[in-house]
Amino acid sequence: MAEIETKANTGAREYITFRIGSQFYCVDIMSVREIRGWTPATQLPRAPGFVRGVINLRGVVLPIIDLADRLGFAPTEPTARHVIIVAQTGRQVVGLLVDAVSDIINMPADKVQPTPDVGSEAARAFVLGVMAIDDRMISLIALESVMPAMVGEAA
Amino acid sequence: MDPMQAIKDTFFQECEEQLGELETGLLAMENGSGDEETVNAVFRAVHSIKGGAGAFKLDKLVKFAHVFETTLDKIRTGQLAPATPVMKSMLRAADVLADLVTFSREGGTFDDARSNELIVELNAHCEQKTGEANAEEAPAEEADNNPFAALGWEPVALALEPDVNEYVIIFKPKPELYAKGNETTRLMRELSRLGALTVHCETADIPLLADLEPEQSYLSWRATLRSDQDLATVQSVFEFVDGDCHLDIEVIDFTRETPPEPEPEPAAAPVVEVVAVVEEAKPALEEVTAALEAVKATAPPPREAAKADANGANNATQNTIRVDLDRVDRLINLVGELVINQAMLTQRVLEAGAVKNASIATGLDDLEHLTREIQESVMAIRAQPVRPLFQRMSRIVREIADATGKNVRLKTEGEGAEVDRTVIERLADPLTHMIRNAVDHGLERPDQRIAAGKAAQGEVRLSAAHKSGRVVIEVADDGRGIDRQKVKAIAIKKGLIAADALLTDAEIDNLLFMPGFSTAETVSNISGRGVGMDVVKRSIQALGGRISITTKPGHGSTFSLSLPLTLAVLDGMVVKVADQTLVVPLNSILETMKPKGGEVYGLGPDSQVIGIRGGFTPLIDVGYALGFRSERADPMAGVTLLIETEGGVRSALMVDAIQDQRQVVIKSLEANYGHVEGIAAATILGDGRIALILDADAIVNASTGRNTPSEMLLAG
Repeated sequence: MAEIETKANTGAREYITFRIGSQFYCVDIMSVREIRGWTPATQLPRAPGFVRGVINLRGVVLPIIDLADRLGFAPTEPTARHVIIVAQTGRQVVGLLVDAVSDIINMPADKVQPTPDVGSEAARAFVLGVMAIDDRMISLIALESVMPAMVGEAA
Repeated sequence: MDPMQAIKDTFFQECEEQLGELETGLLAMENGSGDEETVNAVFRAVHSIKGGAGAFKLDKLVKFAHVFETTLDKIRTGQLAPATPVMKSMLRAADVLADLVTFSREGGTFDDARSNELIVELNAHCEQKTGEANAEEAPAEEADNNPFAALGWEPVALALEPDVNEYVIIFKPKPELYAKGNETTRLMRELSRLGALTVHCETADIPLLADLEPEQSYLSWRATLRSDQDLATVQSVFEFVDGDCHLDIEVIDFTRETPPEPEPEPAAAPVVEVVAVVEEAKPALEEVTAALEAVKATAPPPREAAKADANGANNATQNTIRVDLDRVDRLINLVGELVINQAMLTQRVLEAGAVKNASIATGLDDLEHLTREIQESVMAIRAQPVRPLFQRMSRIVREIADATGKNVRLKTEGEGAEVDRTVIERLADPLTHMIRNAVDHGLERPDQRIAAGKAAQGEVRLSAAHKSGRVVIEVADDGRGIDRQKVKAIAIKKGLIAADALLTDAEIDNLLFMPGFSTAETVSNISGRGVGMDVVKRSIQALGGRISITTKPGHGSTFSLSLPLTLAVLDGMVVKVADQTLVVPLNSILETMKPKGGEVYGLGPDSQVIGIRGGFTPLIDVGYALGFRSERADPMAGVTLLIETEGGVRSALMVDAIQDQRQVVIKSLEANYGHVEGIAAATILGDGRIALILDADAIVNASTGRNTPSEMLLAG
């Protein structure tokens, strides 16, 4: 949890929270480039199921990750009401397909708790930590783990 | 930006060009194809670098360039024969000079031992051939070594050097001299370093104030110099103003006992005068400079013809301009968007049903042509010959040959072939690696070569050629070839393939491209840097290129790279496969056909072939091959594209329907995602959606059993 420790030094951070099914998740607002509605994606051959394909984001090829599928839920059946969160991770930009964006929250770093030791492998791999707000638990997504490990990334 | 920094940047840019010239010239001299002009060109290159470096006080660079230049001058004047050992030193000196330029530009560390070693070496060459080399021994210090220079006198030298000459120098600058920022003061100061100098300024030509043209030059100087230096050295002071002044140097043999000029007129007086005159002329000079800029910016109108003539030499070389690469890239991106936009517009118009209107259709056609022309022109701006890249390789070859004790000659062909700048830039690393491999692994040591009945000197051939819309770069060596038994044994040992795997020769050769494969038994610091051919292959693939090997045991190997000329656009056929829109690069398609019943035959449980004009060609269902559908589609329902891969293999690709043929802008899939097997890149179609560009070769190779190693690994 090195990342959380470094955040502790910088005080409070803002997070964008969103909903997948009935659960709430969030990502650091600094990594979010924009939020846009769902547009049909072009399927990629032999891609893992959670990679919905690629869309054209003003001339850039943007891969879309179905976050529900990635976290082990049933694959999303996207409608026009679904939302893509365009986020930067490292040098790559990805689109996260989620059900709906709910809020922007401000959370001191020390309020981010380590991920509870649960059985779900996906939860352990993709959740950096959890935080409590208004009777809700919000899980912080580890963006860099969400993308599939690719040979091509190194090139 | 700091204006000084901007000038410095220009200097370094020019250095790059000069270094290129230098390398070309030296190589020509080495292989005997150089003439007098080549030597002069080489000399000029080093001289220009020295001159510029001096202006920026890059002392190390100046010092080294000076020694280099001195040696070159000996060759130029025929005092030193450009024999092989000399040329070897020269080439290494060029490498050190290039490193010094890089060091001066980017800082960092520079190993002085290297340059000092070469300075000694170059001096040794000079001494060897010329008895009087002593005079040149430490020429870089000569100015500093003369503490009397500041005094303008050289009292001791007279006694030691019997052949002191007296020179009478008549120097009359033309206005151009001032326009180029030269000053008499500097030249005279330089002269005073050579010996005792007296200067007279001739002011007789100065007209009355009313007639005085501020931009004209009226002053001339008469200087008397007593020096032990020869005429050429004295002339060299005026080298940079050559053609911009009337210069007359008369040598008076000093042996005829003329007493030293008694007139103790201090050099400082005329200098001050000159400074004053120059100061006066400054505003005028600035005006001239401004005007010259204007001339450069616009074509000279006829009434300025005279002025243009005076600067004729300048204008002749102004056919090229330096443009910031970012600007070109921006333009290219914009044109790319324009192409997409034009496609979208066409589609919208079609959808709106407005094509019935002939004038709109014509307008759209014209727009398409124009867009295409603009695009091609813009692409041409970025196209560059591969020559500089090849020149860099000759240095790599030299270094590795030295390190491995091999005798290697690099032969280059087709350096003029033009490729997009990005391709060239991103080709440097893989090509370096391949060249290293060729020398380190490919070629044998001289004794082994002789034992094998070959010439002791190995040859690496680097060639470039345009071939059906792509550029093919080959690295060929005449070494031992690939030892397939060994390659296979290593692959088995490293667990890359199963021990009982049956592989064709081509498959074994391709094992070299597997990650984690390295045939060198001991990791040498040359090739074995933990970067294998797999990295080379991936960088080439990332460029939309392909790499293949052909090898003949005992006769050498050839690595062949096939690369797109540009990374920005390609002509493609838009096809529909299992509800997906794909683009097939047009350059791989030979013909398209609709199969008739009875032409498609099953071959074995999992393969189909199609009969074309008596022959049989493997038939590949693209949708099935890409995993878009789990069952093969009925070949009769689709369209077949007959394609030829880089390796010359013919295959028939089956798609559902052909939709269009158009130019598409290539968008990287790797940037935000990664490489997808069977897909070369992505593009944006007229409806704004992304379509994938098919990598026909990869599809064919994967489907016809010419498996790529990574797939063999998965299968095994």
